[in-house]
Amino acid sequence: MSSEHKPVVAENISKTFGQVTALQNISFETERGEMFGVIGPDGAGKTTLFRILTTLLVQTSGSAFVDGYDVKGDFRKIRKIIGYMPGRFSLYGDLSVEENLNFFASIFKVNPKDNYYLIKDIFHQLEPFRNRKASALSGGMKQKLALSCALIHKPSVLFLDEPTTGVDPVSRREFWQMLDRLKAIGITIIVSTAYMDEALLCDRIALMKNGILLGVNSPAGMVASYNNRLLAVKGDDMHSILKVLRDIKVVKSAYSFGHEHHAAISPDFGGDAVEKISQELTARGLNDTLVKSIKPSVEDCYMELSAN
Amino acid sequence: MFKYLVEKEFKQIIRNKFLPKLIIVYPIIMMILMPHAANLDIKNIRVSVVDGANSSLSRELYRKVEASDYFSSVEVVQSYEEALQSVEKSKSDIILDIPASFEKDIVKTGKTAVYIASNSVDGMRGSVAASYLATVVHDYSRQVAQTPRAMPVVEIISRSRFNPSMDYKVFMVPALIVMLITIIGGFLPALNIVAEKEAGTIEQMNVTPVGKFLFIAAKLIPYWIIGFIILTITLVLSKLLYGIVPVGSLAMFYLLSSLFLIVVSGFGLLISNYSSTMQQAMFVMFFFLLIMILMSGLFTPIDSMPLWAKAITAINPMRYFIEIMRMVFLKGGNLYYLARPVIILCGFAVLFNTWAVVSYRKTT
Repeated sequence: MSSEHKPVVAENISKTFGQVTALQNISFETERGEMFGVIGPDGAGKTTLFRILTTLLVQTSGSAFVDGYDVKGDFRKIRKIIGYMPGRFSLYGDLSVEENLNFFASIFKVNPKDNYYLIKDIFHQLEPFRNRKASALSGGMKQKLALSCALIHKPSVLFLDEPTTGVDPVSRREFWQMLDRLKAIGITIIVSTAYMDEALLCDRIALMKNGILLGVNSPAGMVASYNNRLLAVKGDDMHSILKVLRDIKVVKSAYSFGHEHHAAISPDFGGDAVEKISQELTARGLNDTLVKSIKPSVEDCYMELSAN
Repeated sequence: MFKYLVEKEFKQIIRNKFLPKLIIVYPIIMMILMPHAANLDIKNIRVSVVDGANSSLSRELYRKVEASDYFSSVEVVQSYEEALQSVEKSKSDIILDIPASFEKDIVKTGKTAVYIASNSVDGMRGSVAASYLATVVHDYSRQVAQTPRAMPVVEIISRSRFNPSMDYKVFMVPALIVMLITIIGGFLPALNIVAEKEAGTIEQMNVTPVGKFLFIAAKLIPYWIIGFIILTITLVLSKLLYGIVPVGSLAMFYLLSSLFLIVVSGFGLLISNYSSTMQQAMFVMFFFLLIMILMSGLFTPIDSMPLWAKAITAINPMRYFIEIMRMVFLKGGNLYYLARPVIILCGFAVLFNTWAVVSYRKTT
């Protein structure tokens, strides 16, 4: 582990598969010991980015470095110092929990006892099933085993590709608590997710859409840089409300957000936005609507950035 | 590190519910059943005799047919039409039509003719059956010839070298061993690699320091060991069941078998590199396996193939190994006599394995 290098540096990475552009000029840097989140919907290019950074895929252009090593030229060195947990469970189902762990320790030439302190909290929960075959574990347990196996060689950078997709809410919270403890030990964690609420748990986040990096910032910084006024609108006929909102001139964008609609009001509008929108809705025959001013969330930032 | 990789492969093979049983049972079934079933000897020919003469001489003729090992049943019918119906119903393979004037002609002129009609739906069986029947008739005619012939008769007596009793099993056993090695040594490890691709575990391996050579070697070695176990099983069975022992040395048998193992495993790897699913790999393998078997001289002699087919057999590694195996089993040739096929197999080993390694990319 070299301290003078940034753990991950991406410089204008692009990747095309035939006619399809999966990634376009992605550039970012991570700091040592930070939890860096790559946030975006399915198809944003998160997995492709991870596969390039973990040396599984070669970028079409641009360059990337992990701990100062080039992902193209020094892939052998990178493979020794990173941990990777793919989105899909990919341990050996016909080996037991313990055998999987020992196997991955042995191919990294480490003694599982030496680094046991790293995975103690996680593996502790797997102890009762140590002789069970990995394929017979529950989803949450499989994921804990996969994390243990990715950590057993004490990687300097840990890549987690959508670790919480398809995991129940309680296990998700537990999982992020485990990541916090790993961060405390000094492991740089790059994690991708499609859940916006998890973005808040990262130190910094990169928002991605259709292979383009929309912006990199801390969740708080991202929200602070949001310069529209945001309104939440609720009513009986949600479908018509959305249509009407999109017709109003001062509304930059409107989208459904859970059981309400969010409307971003252009900062150029000087008047009372709540008043204005309520009037417009009533004028078009939509009564009984509730309009209120709200604070933006990361998802609102994402909607704003992706609209531009 | 390598030790653990091999250990992992063995654990996975042994834990597989199906594979260990298959690996043991397959060669045993093949060795017990196939040499009997895949028998090209034409036997059990059923004859319909139209005895128009109904005389002692004609009866003598078809009793002679009955006595032959090749013919299983002789049925006497009234007319040629009836015999033909019998053939159509697949109750009979060949018709021997003895004319009414049979005995009269023999007594008067010493000359007569019988008519042989053979069912040639299976061309090979038809023509062989006809020639067997003709031989019997020929023997009979010599026997009944009352006057000794003035002309000296040249009699041809053939003796089969290296397989004196012309036992088809002796010919089949070495070829079956070739098939077993191809399937176990070539196709199982390839399917294993594709299975890892499908499960996604190969990706997890690819982000580890395990190099591609090491990973592949760890996959092949267990199957090579299994290949040797199977070779030994077949060797023991061929001795016990058929009394067939290689005339050549056992060392040569194992040495050349390991060469072929390397060839087929390289071929299997090549297929696994270009396949992303098991289904795809299986289909490609069966495609090549069938062509390789049919073009190898396993069932049909290469010498009787048309020129273009012969040309194809030249690039079939199985053909060379069958050649080698038959030599080692039946003739016991030393390396000097086997030089040509052995050198060609070495070439295949280098070609397939180099190609496999070059086409295997961890980074794409």
